[in-house]
Amino acid sequence: MSQDQELIRTDIGAYLQRQQHKSLLRFITCGSVDDGKSSLIGRLLYESKMIFEDQLAALASDSKRSGTRGGSIDFALLVDGLSAEREQGITIDVAYRFFSTDKRKFIVADTPGHEQYTRNMVTGASTADLAVILIDARKGVLTQTRRHSYLVSLLGIRQIVVAINKMDLVEYSADAFRRIEAEYQEFARKLGVGDVVCIPVSAVAGDNVVAPSPRTGWYRGPSLLEHLETVELAALPDLEPFRMPVQWVNRPSADFRGFSGLIARGAVRVGDLLRVLPSGRSSRVAGLMSGGGTAALAVAGESVTISLTDEIDVSRGDVLATADAPPAVANRFEATIIWMHEQTLVQGRAYLLKQGTKTVTATLAPIKHRIDVNTLEELPAKRLALNDIGVCSVELSSAIAFEPYRDSRALGGFILIDRLTNDTVGAGLLHHAERRSQNVHWQALDVNKHARARLSHQKPCVLWFTGLSGAGKSTIANLVERQLHADGRQTYLLDGDNVRHGLNKDLGFTDEDRIENIRRVGEVARLMVDAGLIVLVSFISPFRAERQLARSLVEPGEFFEVFVDTPLATAEARDAKGLYKKARRGDLPNFTGIDSPYEPPENPELHLDTAALSPEAAAALVIARLRESQIIDVDLTWEI
Amino acid sequence: MTSLTHLQRLEAESIHIFREVVAECEKPVLLYSIGKDSSVMLHLARKAFAPGKPPFPLLQIASGWDFREMLEFRDATARRYGLELLVHTNEEGARTGVKPWTPGTAYSDLMLTQALRQALDSHGFDAAFGGGRRDEEKSRAKERIFSFRSPQHRWDPKNQRPELWQLYNARKNRGESIRVFPLSNWTELDVWQYIHLESIPIVPLYLAAPRKVVRRDGRLIMVDDERLPLAPGERPETLSVRFRTLGCYPLTAATVSSAVTLPDVIREMLLASGSEREGRLVDQEGAASMERKKQEGYF
Repeated sequence: MSQDQELIRTDIGAYLQRQQHKSLLRFITCGSVDDGKSSLIGRLLYESKMIFEDQLAALASDSKRSGTRGGSIDFALLVDGLSAEREQGITIDVAYRFFSTDKRKFIVADTPGHEQYTRNMVTGASTADLAVILIDARKGVLTQTRRHSYLVSLLGIRQIVVAINKMDLVEYSADAFRRIEAEYQEFARKLGVGDVVCIPVSAVAGDNVVAPSPRTGWYRGPSLLEHLETVELAALPDLEPFRMPVQWVNRPSADFRGFSGLIARGAVRVGDLLRVLPSGRSSRVAGLMSGGGTAALAVAGESVTISLTDEIDVSRGDVLATADAPPAVANRFEATIIWMHEQTLVQGRAYLLKQGTKTVTATLAPIKHRIDVNTLEELPAKRLALNDIGVCSVELSSAIAFEPYRDSRALGGFILIDRLTNDTVGAGLLHHAERRSQNVHWQALDVNKHARARLSHQKPCVLWFTGLSGAGKSTIANLVERQLHADGRQTYLLDGDNVRHGLNKDLGFTDEDRIENIRRVGEVARLMVDAGLIVLVSFISPFRAERQLARSLVEPGEFFEVFVDTPLATAEARDAKGLYKKARRGDLPNFTGIDSPYEPPENPELHLDTAALSPEAAAALVIARLRESQIIDVDLTWEI
Repeated sequence: MTSLTHLQRLEAESIHIFREVVAECEKPVLLYSIGKDSSVMLHLARKAFAPGKPPFPLLQIASGWDFREMLEFRDATARRYGLELLVHTNEEGARTGVKPWTPGTAYSDLMLTQALRQALDSHGFDAAFGGGRRDEEKSRAKERIFSFRSPQHRWDPKNQRPELWQLYNARKNRGESIRVFPLSNWTELDVWQYIHLESIPIVPLYLAAPRKVVRRDGRLIMVDDERLPLAPGERPETLSVRFRTLGCYPLTAATVSSAVTLPDVIREMLLASGSEREGRLVDQEGAASMERKKQEGYF
């Protein structure tokens, strides 16, 4: 800093000139609660003069009040942010810190190292170029050290610095340092991480943090800050193939149409031949704008707007790529999933998946295994809980252009979003396409749904009756079908109990099996709609997500969710099949309403209150709704 | 080899954020506070959508106590770039007679926090860009770039969505809105450097000039108009001063300075011993006051 300080005083113009050529290094710090991580970051901020006097005064008074250093300055207090967590004495989330030196600007992702916060570490690591892993010199390589290293390497960080901290508490012993260094290097080799540098430090005393320490004469390597300032940054964009997910189509007037996005890899020049994926059409770069002005060349990391020589169809979610080396396109992958939500990932359930600028529906099944982040062992699993990591197959509703995560974070990384709560529930890393999707194609058929339905004078649809066991679903569905049949309609009733005797007889009542049960019935209902039938489905179908999935399988307007609403007490009092009695005795585990939840529909097409309606009146309401929606009594001239 | 400087990387990231919001949200707005961070945000927004204009309006919350020069600059800026400018004041709040010097938090609650909520609700904006930076203050350091607010505009720091790579989840539940901070990863120095490098216009109050001020509790308060009540013994004097941060004039302390050019300002900033928010009286209502305010809906 001294050089900079001098230049600021004497020649601010020259200083600013130099600042403009600084590079940026983003890194993450990983350590356990007592490894001294906050102290280390606080020390870096302090030593690089990022702390102002008013902040320092606040720090001094805070140190007296809640510091752990007996009244002397506690650097950790500089970085422990929210008041709630300061009271608990731990950091609970990801915080970003900034400092700069003569050579570089740094962004530090500060994340806690507790077991339950894998989520935070993965978040911090996703944007980091380098990781600083802290080890307490008194304790050596611990389980959490291995966990942190695994996560960091999983997220594709190639540069690792191991700060062996608290050297002051082991009398700056070279032996202690070398023992830990050797053990870590051995582990890193197994993990397959690239560059590992070990540095002996004391965050509290300041040894080897900024300047080389006289107390570790036996150590010849750089101080931590020296290393951070000089370490080589990522690959050369010029040598990589060009990729850019299209973020936004810029069309301010009739005479300009540009495609905006952040370049994920490589470089692009005016005149380059590009391919649009997944459509596969190609065109040349007519013009390039970067930073608001025209440019001849742009590279990875720049936000640009590209115009093409041909009027071809390009929209948000497409990927522009070097024409002769485009990324692959697929809709079924193997991926590593990091689960980040209290609500567990259940295989078979559909989520939204966002990769690049594209959002599609994804089904995760099967889960191949879970990884124990402490031992790296592969364990069998049917679900993933918060902070679990697993490998599974991912099937998408439509194909996307992608690259393996190890080649491209931007085209290989994705997030998973819950369709009902909109929460980000997981993150994933794409590895490779799975064969199945590449070899099975849709067969185009000439006689379609509309042709079949026209022959039978009805519009096909699904009437999806949902509700508790004993609510009266099958009774009402049966009455509706009888009426339709009497009117000459072609129908089919899929009944939960009946289907479980055949198609679904291999399924039980766990959440996973219930999801698969509904998925199959949804698919059967779809085929029957395609065949031109009015399909009545009478299934408890307790989860919103699966009913939503069944709805998404048919076209808008073809799905009628009929909520047969009966209070639990009433259904249980009826207990026609004696099931509630059994469930109460504990003989029937996972029974909906007793020990397995029922999620009532939020916006059903029909809400039948069976406390107020007889089954006949309820059935009449369903028929009336079909008439109103022109499913039956349709004008026979409706379009094909 | 072509590698980007730190400012180029920050610029690209901010532009990406602007475009993502426009692509995924229905009705965004740019919270324009007229200060240097807003100037940089507006500059980046114009770059993001060039050769077109930013497809959203500017919204300014006028407390009635803004510096006159700020309002002139605001109107000139909107005119120069041909942008829609919305100005909102909490008239009901003003009628209660609350003044910037009213003890307690009533003034900032009514004229800033409530005013902002009213404006966002009445226009139905589902995303609002703000100039907040993570280096400003500890609780900001943990806030996401896409930061969700409940229908009551509350921020829940314990319930934030994880933000990975450059993938932002902009999906809202009914009634929720998003505050988006495109400058999250910028520092105060980055902002000044970028203004210098790109010659971005800023309010002249950031540069030193002779201005009429009074000394009050060790701070210099500018007498911007005749409404500022003077205590017995308070005598306005003309000093060469400038401002590091801008807000309501009775609550914004000036610093004595001779920095009349941008490089001079940057030099003073780099050699200064106080942080940026020191001059902002609203933020000093007590430890953790910022976190509390944000939970209540302050930007």
